[in-house]
Amino acid sequence: MIPAAFDYKRASSAAEAISLVGQYGDDAKFLAGGHSLLPLMKLRLAQPAMLIDIGRIKDLSYIKDGGDHIAIGALTRHMDVEKSALVLKEVPLLAHAAGHVGDAQVRHRGTIGGSLAHADSASDLPATTLALGATYVAQGPKGERLIAAADFYKGFLESALKPDEMLTEIRVPKMNGAKWGFEKFNRRAQDWAIVGVAAWRNKDASGVALVNMGSTPILATSVSAALKSGASVADAAELASAEAEPQSDLNASSEYRVHLAKVLVRRALEKASA
Amino acid sequence: MVDITVSITVNGTSQEKDVEPRTLLVHFLRDQLQLTGTNIGCDTSSCGACTVHLNGEAVKSCTVLAVQADGGTVTTIEGLSKDGVMHPMQQAFMENHGLQCGYCTPGMVMASIGLLNENPNPTEEEVRLGLEGNLCRCTGYHNIVKSVLAAAKK
Repeated sequence: MIPAAFDYKRASSAAEAISLVGQYGDDAKFLAGGHSLLPLMKLRLAQPAMLIDIGRIKDLSYIKDGGDHIAIGALTRHMDVEKSALVLKEVPLLAHAAGHVGDAQVRHRGTIGGSLAHADSASDLPATTLALGATYVAQGPKGERLIAAADFYKGFLESALKPDEMLTEIRVPKMNGAKWGFEKFNRRAQDWAIVGVAAWRNKDASGVALVNMGSTPILATSVSAALKSGASVADAAELASAEAEPQSDLNASSEYRVHLAKVLVRRALEKASA
Repeated sequence: MVDITVSITVNGTSQEKDVEPRTLLVHFLRDQLQLTGTNIGCDTSSCGACTVHLNGEAVKSCTVLAVQADGGTVTTIEGLSKDGVMHPMQQAFMENHGLQCGYCTPGMVMASIGLLNENPNPTEEEVRLGLEGNLCRCTGYHNIVKSVLAAAKK
Protein backbone atom coordinates (compact mmCIF):
# COMPACT_ATOMS: atom_id res chain seq x y z
CA MET A 1 0.00 0.00 0.00
CA ILE A 2 1.28 3.43 -0.93
CA PRO A 3 -0.22 6.63 0.48
CA ALA A 4 -2.05 9.00 -1.87
CA ALA A 5 0.29 11.59 -3.35
CA PHE A 6 1.24 14.60 -1.26
CA ASP A 7 3.77 17.39 -1.19
CA TYR A 8 6.45 17.51 1.45
CA LYS A 9 8.16 20.27 3.41
CA ARG A 10 10.69 19.99 6.18
CA ALA A 11 10.55 22.30 9.19
CA SER A 12 13.68 23.03 11.21
CA SER A 13 11.90 24.64 14.15
CA ALA A 14 8.48 24.65 15.79
CA ALA A 15 7.96 28.25 14.63
CA GLU A 16 8.71 27.31 11.03
CA ALA A 17 6.37 24.31 11.25
CA ILE A 18 3.53 26.47 12.57
CA SER A 19 4.11 29.07 9.88
CA LEU A 20 4.06 26.36 7.20
CA VAL A 21 0.84 24.82 8.51
CA GLY A 22 -0.69 28.31 8.54
CA GLN A 23 0.26 28.66 4.90
CA TYR A 24 -1.22 25.32 3.78
CA GLY A 25 -4.20 25.19 6.13
CA ASP A 26 -6.44 22.19 6.59
CA ASP A 27 -4.75 20.19 3.83
CA ALA A 28 -1.52 19.99 5.83
CA LYS A 29 -0.52 17.51 8.53
CA PHE A 30 2.52 17.34 10.77
CA LEU A 31 4.70 14.26 10.32
CA ALA A 32 6.74 13.25 13.39
CA GLY A 33 7.78 9.59 13.53
CA GLY A 34 4.94 8.67 11.19
CA HIS A 35 3.88 5.54 13.05
CA SER A 36 0.31 6.68 13.56
CA LEU A 37 -0.09 8.87 10.49
CA LEU A 38 1.49 6.76 7.74
CA PRO A 39 -0.67 3.67 8.44
CA LEU A 40 -3.78 5.91 8.25
CA MET A 41 -2.55 7.42 4.99
CA LYS A 42 -1.94 4.00 3.45
CA LEU A 43 -5.54 3.09 4.24
CA ARG A 44 -6.73 6.46 2.84
CA LEU A 45 -8.22 7.28 6.23
CA ALA A 46 -6.06 10.39 6.02
CA GLN A 47 -5.21 12.10 2.73
CA PRO A 48 -3.27 15.28 3.49
CA ALA A 49 -2.10 17.23 0.45
CA MET A 50 0.94 18.47 2.35
CA LEU A 51 3.10 16.78 4.96
CA ILE A 52 5.20 19.04 7.15
CA ASP A 53 8.05 16.94 8.50
CA ILE A 54 8.81 18.03 12.06
CA GLY A 55 10.80 14.87 12.78
CA ARG A 56 14.13 16.63 12.40
CA ILE A 57 13.50 19.39 14.94
CA LYS A 58 16.30 18.37 17.28
CA ASP A 59 15.49 20.74 20.15
CA LEU A 60 12.11 19.06 20.74
CA SER A 61 13.67 15.76 21.75
CA TYR A 62 14.66 15.88 25.42
CA ILE A 63 13.80 14.70 28.91
CA LYS A 64 14.36 17.24 31.69
CA ASP A 65 13.72 17.54 35.40
CA GLY A 66 11.19 20.36 35.81
CA GLY A 67 11.12 20.33 39.62
CA ASP A 68 7.70 18.90 40.46
CA HIS A 69 7.39 17.32 37.02
CA ILE A 70 9.38 15.71 34.22
CA ALA A 71 9.32 17.69 30.97
CA ILE A 72 9.49 15.61 27.81
CA GLY A 73 9.97 17.13 24.36
CA ALA A 74 7.15 16.15 22.01
CA LEU A 75 9.56 14.56 19.54
CA THR A 76 11.13 12.25 22.11
CA ARG A 77 10.87 8.68 20.86
CA HIS A 78 9.13 5.95 22.85
CA MET A 79 12.42 4.05 23.16
CA ASP A 80 14.08 7.08 24.76
CA VAL A 81 11.21 7.54 27.25
CA GLU A 82 11.25 3.82 28.06
CA LYS A 83 15.00 3.78 28.80
CA SER A 84 15.42 7.20 30.40
CA ALA A 85 16.92 6.89 33.91
CA LEU A 86 15.07 10.07 34.91
CA VAL A 87 11.67 8.78 33.73
CA LEU A 88 12.31 5.36 35.28
CA LYS A 89 13.08 7.03 38.63
CA GLU A 90 10.43 9.78 38.73
CA VAL A 91 7.58 8.48 36.54
CA PRO A 92 8.11 4.71 36.34
CA LEU A 93 4.53 4.11 35.13
CA LEU A 94 5.21 6.20 32.02
CA ALA A 95 8.51 4.43 31.28
CA HIS A 96 6.75 1.08 31.58
CA ALA A 97 3.85 2.13 29.34
CA ALA A 98 6.23 3.58 26.73
CA GLY A 99 7.91 0.17 26.63
CA HIS A 100 4.58 -1.41 25.71
CA VAL A 101 3.86 0.74 22.65
CA GLY A 102 4.00 -1.40 19.51
CA ASP A 103 7.32 -3.22 19.26
CA ALA A 104 11.02 -2.28 19.29
CA GLN A 105 11.00 -1.12 15.65
CA VAL A 106 7.94 1.06 16.26
CA ARG A 107 9.46 2.50 19.45
CA HIS A 108 12.59 3.49 17.54
CA ARG A 109 10.51 5.80 15.32
CA GLY A 110 7.29 6.73 17.13
CA THR A 111 7.25 9.84 19.34
CA ILE A 112 5.34 10.68 22.51
CA GLY A 113 3.95 13.89 21.03
CA GLY A 114 2.86 12.10 17.86
CA SER A 115 1.05 9.43 19.84
CA LEU A 116 -0.77 11.96 22.04
CA ALA A 117 -1.69 14.31 19.17
CA HIS A 118 -3.08 11.34 17.26
CA ALA A 119 -5.48 10.97 20.23
CA ASP A 120 -6.26 7.30 19.73
CA SER A 121 -8.08 5.97 22.78
CA ALA A 122 -6.63 2.53 22.00
CA SER A 123 -3.05 3.80 22.42
CA ASP A 124 -1.24 3.38 25.71
CA LEU A 125 0.21 6.83 26.28
CA PRO A 126 -2.94 9.01 26.13
CA ALA A 127 -4.49 7.04 29.01
CA THR A 128 -1.20 6.78 30.92
CA THR A 129 -0.53 10.54 30.84
CA LEU A 130 -4.20 11.13 31.69
CA ALA A 131 -3.93 8.89 34.77
CA LEU A 132 -0.78 10.76 35.81
CA GLY A 133 -2.46 14.18 35.47
CA ALA A 134 -0.07 15.41 32.78
CA THR A 135 -0.18 18.82 31.13
CA TYR A 136 0.55 19.23 27.43
CA VAL A 137 2.19 22.32 25.95
CA ALA A 138 0.82 23.42 22.59
CA GLN A 139 2.49 26.07 20.46
CA GLY A 140 0.56 28.12 17.93
CA PRO A 141 1.00 31.34 15.98
CA LYS A 142 0.18 33.38 19.09
CA GLY A 143 2.48 31.51 21.43
CA GLU A 144 2.15 28.68 23.92
CA ARG A 145 -0.81 27.43 25.90
CA LEU A 146 -1.13 24.66 28.45
CA ILE A 147 -3.77 21.96 28.06
CA ALA A 148 -4.52 19.52 30.88
CA ALA A 149 -4.63 15.92 29.64
CA ALA A 150 -8.16 15.77 31.10
CA ASP A 151 -9.24 18.56 28.68
CA PHE A 152 -7.30 17.36 25.64
CA TYR A 153 -9.28 14.40 24.29
CA LYS A 154 -12.47 15.51 22.55
CA GLY A 155 -13.58 12.49 20.52
CA PHE A 156 -12.40 9.67 18.28
CA LEU A 157 -8.94 10.77 16.99
CA GLU A 158 -9.93 14.29 17.96
CA SER A 159 -7.98 16.54 20.30
CA ALA A 160 -8.17 20.09 21.62
CA LEU A 161 -5.28 21.08 19.33
CA LYS A 162 -6.18 23.72 16.76
CA PRO A 163 -5.11 23.01 13.17
CA ASP A 164 -2.25 25.51 13.45
CA GLU A 165 -1.00 24.26 16.83
CA MET A 166 1.57 21.60 17.56
CA LEU A 167 2.45 19.79 20.76
CA THR A 168 5.91 20.79 21.94
CA GLU A 169 6.20 19.41 25.46
CA ILE A 170 4.56 16.95 27.83
CA ARG A 171 4.80 17.70 31.56
CA VAL A 172 4.24 14.69 33.77
CA PRO A 173 4.01 15.17 37.56
CA LYS A 174 6.58 13.20 39.49
CA MET A 175 5.08 10.15 41.17
CA ASN A 176 7.07 10.69 44.40
CA GLY A 177 7.22 6.98 45.08
CA ALA A 178 3.52 6.26 44.46
CA LYS A 179 2.97 2.63 43.54
CA TRP A 180 1.49 1.76 40.19
CA GLY A 181 0.13 -0.94 37.92
CA PHE A 182 -0.21 -1.21 34.16
CA GLU A 183 -2.36 -3.85 32.50
CA LYS A 184 -2.71 -4.42 28.80
CA PHE A 185 -4.91 -7.18 27.45
CA ASN A 186 -4.35 -7.99 23.79
CA ARG A 187 -4.35 -10.88 21.36
CA ARG A 188 -0.84 -10.58 19.92
CA ALA A 189 2.17 -9.20 21.77
CA GLN A 190 2.46 -6.03 19.70
CA ASP A 191 -1.24 -5.27 19.30
CA TRP A 192 -3.21 -2.38 20.65
CA ALA A 193 -4.93 -3.16 23.93
CA ILE A 194 -8.43 -4.61 23.75
CA VAL A 195 -8.62 -2.97 27.17
CA GLY A 196 -5.75 -1.42 29.09
CA VAL A 197 -5.38 0.21 32.49
CA ALA A 198 -2.82 2.64 33.87
CA ALA A 199 -3.12 3.23 37.62
CA TRP A 200 -1.15 4.74 40.50
CA ARG A 201 -1.92 5.15 44.16
CA ASN A 202 -0.46 6.75 47.27
CA LYS A 203 -1.96 7.03 50.75
CA ASP A 204 -4.11 10.06 49.86
CA ALA A 205 -4.99 9.78 46.21
CA SER A 206 -5.02 7.67 43.07
CA GLY A 207 -5.28 7.99 39.31
CA VAL A 208 -6.83 5.35 37.08
CA ALA A 209 -7.29 5.65 33.31
CA LEU A 210 -8.62 3.20 30.76
CA VAL A 211 -7.36 2.37 27.28
CA ASN A 212 -9.86 1.56 24.52
CA MET A 213 -12.98 1.90 26.66
CA GLY A 214 -14.60 4.65 24.60
CA SER A 215 -13.85 7.17 21.88
CA THR A 216 -11.37 8.91 24.18
CA PRO A 217 -9.10 7.65 26.96
CA ILE A 218 -11.24 7.48 30.10
CA LEU A 219 -10.37 8.75 33.57
CA ALA A 220 -12.04 6.33 35.98
CA THR A 221 -12.93 8.96 38.58
CA SER A 222 -15.52 6.75 40.33
CA VAL A 223 -12.81 4.22 41.14
CA SER A 224 -10.57 6.91 42.66
CA ALA A 225 -13.51 8.40 44.61
CA ALA A 226 -14.39 4.97 46.03
CA LEU A 227 -10.79 4.33 47.10
CA LYS A 228 -10.66 7.75 48.76
CA SER A 229 -13.79 6.99 50.75
CA GLY A 230 -12.22 3.76 51.99
CA ALA A 231 -13.56 1.12 49.60
CA SER A 232 -11.50 -2.02 49.05
CA VAL A 233 -9.66 -2.46 45.76
CA ALA A 234 -12.09 -5.20 44.76
CA ASP A 235 -15.12 -3.00 45.44
CA ALA A 236 -13.61 0.07 43.77
CA ALA A 237 -12.71 -1.98 40.67
CA GLU A 238 -16.40 -2.86 40.22
CA LEU A 239 -16.90 0.82 39.26
CA ALA A 240 -14.24 0.61 36.52
CA SER A 241 -16.51 1.35 33.59
CA ALA A 242 -18.77 3.95 35.27
CA GLU A 243 -17.38 6.72 33.03
CA ALA A 244 -16.76 4.51 29.98
CA GLU A 245 -18.76 3.89 26.82
CA PRO A 246 -16.98 0.98 25.20
CA GLN A 247 -17.66 0.00 21.61
CA SER A 248 -18.02 -3.50 20.22
CA ASP A 249 -15.61 -4.52 17.50
CA LEU A 250 -14.17 -7.72 16.05
CA ASN A 251 -11.91 -8.18 19.09
CA ALA A 252 -14.49 -7.81 21.82
CA SER A 253 -18.08 -6.93 22.56
CA SER A 254 -18.91 -3.94 24.68
CA GLU A 255 -20.04 -6.24 27.52
CA TYR A 256 -16.76 -8.15 27.43
CA ARG A 257 -14.81 -4.89 27.59
CA VAL A 258 -16.78 -3.85 30.68
CA HIS A 259 -15.88 -7.17 32.29
CA LEU A 260 -12.24 -6.84 31.28
CA ALA A 261 -12.03 -3.32 32.66
CA LYS A 262 -13.16 -4.49 36.11
CA VAL A 263 -10.67 -7.34 36.17
CA LEU A 264 -7.78 -5.25 34.85
CA VAL A 265 -8.47 -2.29 37.15
CA ARG A 266 -8.47 -4.68 40.09
CA ARG A 267 -5.16 -6.22 38.98
CA ALA A 268 -3.56 -2.83 38.36
CA LEU A 269 -4.73 -1.51 41.74
CA GLU A 270 -3.56 -4.64 43.54
CA LYS A 271 -0.07 -3.93 42.17
CA ALA A 272 -0.43 -0.26 43.10
CA SER A 273 -1.51 -1.18 46.63
CA ALA A 274 1.04 -3.92 47.33
CA MET B 1 3.50 16.75 -6.63
CA VAL B 2 7.14 17.68 -6.56
CA ASP B 3 9.83 15.01 -6.45
CA ILE B 4 12.48 15.31 -3.77
CA THR B 5 16.13 14.39 -4.18
CA VAL B 6 17.29 12.15 -1.36
CA SER B 7 20.78 11.02 -0.50
CA ILE B 8 20.86 7.83 1.54
CA THR B 9 23.89 5.66 2.26
CA VAL B 10 22.75 2.10 1.68
CA ASN B 11 25.08 -0.75 2.62
CA GLY B 12 28.03 1.62 2.50
CA THR B 13 27.24 3.18 -0.88
CA SER B 14 25.84 6.69 -1.17
CA GLN B 15 22.69 6.70 -3.31
CA GLU B 16 21.24 9.92 -4.66
CA LYS B 17 17.81 9.56 -6.26
CA ASP B 18 14.71 11.55 -7.01
CA VAL B 19 11.66 10.15 -5.21
CA GLU B 20 8.02 11.00 -4.90
CA PRO B 21 7.44 12.15 -1.29
CA ARG B 22 5.08 9.20 -0.79
CA THR B 23 7.77 6.64 -1.66
CA LEU B 24 8.19 4.23 1.24
CA LEU B 25 11.73 3.28 2.20
CA VAL B 26 11.01 -0.37 1.38
CA HIS B 27 9.98 0.56 -2.18
CA PHE B 28 13.02 2.80 -2.54
CA LEU B 29 15.22 -0.16 -1.61
CA ARG B 30 13.41 -2.78 -3.67
CA ASP B 31 12.32 -0.83 -6.76
CA GLN B 32 14.88 1.93 -7.13
CA LEU B 33 17.96 0.11 -5.84
CA GLN B 34 16.85 -3.44 -6.75
CA LEU B 35 17.70 -4.61 -3.23
CA THR B 36 14.92 -7.20 -3.07
CA GLY B 37 16.24 -9.06 -0.01
CA THR B 38 14.00 -6.89 2.16
CA ASN B 39 10.54 -8.40 1.93
CA ILE B 40 7.13 -6.77 2.15
CA GLY B 41 4.80 -8.83 4.32
CA CYS B 42 1.78 -7.25 5.95
CA ASP B 43 2.53 -3.69 4.83
CA THR B 44 0.89 -2.43 8.04
CA SER B 45 3.93 -2.32 10.39
CA SER B 46 2.85 -5.52 12.10
CA CYS B 47 4.92 -8.38 10.68
CA GLY B 48 8.48 -7.04 10.59
CA ALA B 49 9.46 -8.72 7.29
CA CYS B 50 10.62 -5.34 5.99
CA THR B 51 12.91 -4.60 8.95
CA VAL B 52 16.15 -2.80 8.03
CA HIS B 53 18.53 -0.67 10.06
CA LEU B 54 18.21 3.11 9.80
CA ASN B 55 21.09 4.93 11.47
CA GLY B 56 21.95 1.72 13.30
CA GLU B 57 18.47 0.91 14.63
CA ALA B 58 15.91 -1.64 13.48
CA VAL B 59 12.92 0.00 11.79
CA LYS B 60 10.02 -1.20 9.66
CA SER B 61 10.79 0.16 6.20
CA CYS B 62 7.12 -0.07 5.14
CA THR B 63 6.34 2.69 7.66
CA VAL B 64 9.22 5.07 6.94
CA LEU B 65 9.20 7.43 3.97
CA ALA B 66 12.35 7.58 1.87
CA VAL B 67 12.38 11.34 2.49
CA GLN B 68 12.52 10.66 6.24
CA ALA B 69 15.66 8.56 5.70
CA ASP B 70 17.30 11.34 3.64
CA GLY B 71 20.85 11.93 4.87
CA GLY B 72 20.76 8.70 6.85
CA THR B 73 22.48 5.33 6.73
CA VAL B 74 20.56 2.18 5.88
CA THR B 75 21.71 -1.42 6.20
CA THR B 76 19.74 -4.20 4.56
CA ILE B 77 20.20 -7.97 4.62
CA GLU B 78 22.41 -7.61 1.51
CA GLY B 79 24.83 -5.45 3.46
CA LEU B 80 25.62 -7.95 6.21
CA SER B 81 28.13 -10.37 4.69
CA LYS B 82 31.73 -9.26 4.34
CA ASP B 83 33.91 -10.73 1.57
CA GLY B 84 31.55 -13.66 1.11
CA VAL B 85 31.52 -14.48 4.82
CA MET B 86 28.10 -14.39 6.46
CA HIS B 87 27.35 -12.19 9.46
CA PRO B 88 27.46 -14.19 12.72
CA MET B 89 23.67 -13.82 12.99
CA GLN B 90 23.13 -15.26 9.50
CA GLN B 91 25.53 -18.07 10.40
CA ALA B 92 23.62 -18.75 13.62
CA PHE B 93 20.26 -18.89 11.78
CA MET B 94 21.77 -21.41 9.34
CA GLU B 95 23.38 -23.58 12.02
CA ASN B 96 20.26 -23.63 14.23
CA HIS B 97 17.72 -24.04 11.45
CA GLY B 98 16.18 -20.69 12.40
CA LEU B 99 14.01 -20.61 9.28
CA GLN B 100 11.72 -22.73 7.19
CA CYS B 101 10.11 -20.92 4.25
CA GLY B 102 12.50 -17.99 4.69
CA TYR B 103 10.06 -15.17 4.08
CA CYS B 104 10.41 -13.56 7.50
CA THR B 105 14.14 -14.31 7.68
CA PRO B 106 15.70 -11.08 6.36
CA GLY B 107 13.59 -9.02 8.75
CA MET B 108 14.11 -11.51 11.57
CA VAL B 109 17.92 -11.35 11.11
CA MET B 110 17.95 -7.54 10.99
CA ALA B 111 15.72 -7.27 14.08
CA SER B 112 17.88 -9.83 15.90
CA ILE B 113 21.09 -7.91 15.16
CA GLY B 114 19.37 -4.75 16.38
CA LEU B 115 18.30 -6.57 19.54
CA LEU B 116 21.87 -7.71 20.32
CA ASN B 117 23.22 -4.22 19.60
CA GLU B 118 20.98 -2.92 22.39
CA ASN B 119 21.24 -5.95 24.68
CA PRO B 120 24.34 -8.05 23.85
CA ASN B 121 23.60 -10.79 26.34
CA PRO B 122 19.82 -11.33 26.47
CA THR B 123 17.90 -14.02 28.30
CA GLU B 124 15.59 -16.28 26.31
CA GLU B 125 12.62 -14.22 27.54
CA GLU B 126 14.29 -10.99 26.44
CA VAL B 127 14.86 -12.45 22.97
CA ARG B 128 11.20 -13.46 22.68
CA LEU B 129 10.04 -10.04 23.87
CA GLY B 130 12.62 -8.23 21.74
CA LEU B 131 11.37 -9.97 18.60
CA GLU B 132 7.68 -9.25 19.28
CA GLY B 133 7.59 -7.09 16.17
CA ASN B 134 8.49 -9.95 13.83
CA LEU B 135 6.06 -12.67 12.86
CA CYS B 136 7.06 -16.13 11.62
CA ARG B 137 4.30 -18.47 10.46
CA CYS B 138 6.46 -21.61 10.11
CA THR B 139 8.91 -22.19 12.91
CA GLY B 140 7.00 -21.63 16.12
CA TYR B 141 9.95 -19.33 16.95
CA HIS B 142 11.94 -21.91 18.96
CA ASN B 143 14.82 -22.20 16.53
CA ILE B 144 14.82 -18.46 15.87
CA VAL B 145 15.26 -17.80 19.59
CA LYS B 146 17.94 -20.51 19.69
CA SER B 147 19.72 -18.83 16.78
CA VAL B 148 19.76 -15.43 18.46
CA LEU B 149 21.02 -16.89 21.74
CA ALA B 150 23.74 -18.76 19.80
CA ALA B 151 24.74 -15.58 17.95
CA ALA B 152 25.01 -13.74 21.28
CA LYS B 153 27.64 -16.25 22.37
CA LYS B 154 29.71 -15.91 19.15
